[in-house]
Amino acid sequence: MRVKVQLFARLREVTGQSECDCDVPDGASVAAVWQALCRRHAALAPFGRSVSCAVNEDFAPMSAAVRDGDAVAFLPPVSGGAC
Amino acid sequence: MSIPRLAVTREPLAVEPLAALLEAEGRALGEGCGALCTFVGVVRATHAGRRVRYLEYEAFEPLAVKAFERIAGEIDAEWPAARVAIHHRIGRLDVGQASVVVVASAAHRAEAFEACRYAIERVKQIAPIWKHEFFTDGDAWVEGATAAPDDEAARGEARSRACV
Repeated sequence: MRVKVQLFARLREVTGQSECDCDVPDGASVAAVWQALCRRHAALAPFGRSVSCAVNEDFAPMSAAVRDGDAVAFLPPVSGGAC
Repeated sequence: MSIPRLAVTREPLAVEPLAALLEAEGRALGEGCGALCTFVGVVRATHAGRRVRYLEYEAFEPLAVKAFERIAGEIDAEWPAARVAIHHRIGRLDVGQASVVVVASAAHRAEAFEACRYAIERVKQIAPIWKHEFFTDGDAWVEGATAAPDDEAARGEARSRACV
């Protein structure tokens, strides 16, 4: 099955892509989509521990299952800032 | 034309329309609004000793608005008499320009202050908005927290910062 991947901020910058398609086996999780993406873009690997994600514009855990046609967004740490 | 309470926009931000909106809503809803507390985040001229030329903010807009809705819901649960408006700007911002405006309204000031502080702390924790700083000598992405809306520890931290 095929999902649409959306990348933001530094993830977009290191891959040079804001969107791409990703083929994963049926029943794959968000984490599997991330791993497939890291195989394509080795520069993403260091972000694995700090990335969060959304499926179809809602926050989702990396363990969430994805379905054909889903939009899977990967989000680097947000801007935060000293208080 | 009415403005949304929660928004991500490329346009310059304004406090007054949000304050007027919350005041009018507070009046319409019952007890009325006796306090409006405002926070404005502004582009600072320096960061860690480096001189800032300008910033670029980027957002995953639909999810950012959902994050704001979630924050408004948390405030509704914690401070039932308070209401909040949040507008965040994206795109290129120069030093001195407002990047985020939070207005909280309540019948009395204690709740308005608390809700306002809580809202901005949560925006910084969970809203999918990224800041790219451009200095006179290079650039850097500012990366703080991994956005985890269900992380109760982060929520507790925001609450404790709000309720001093």
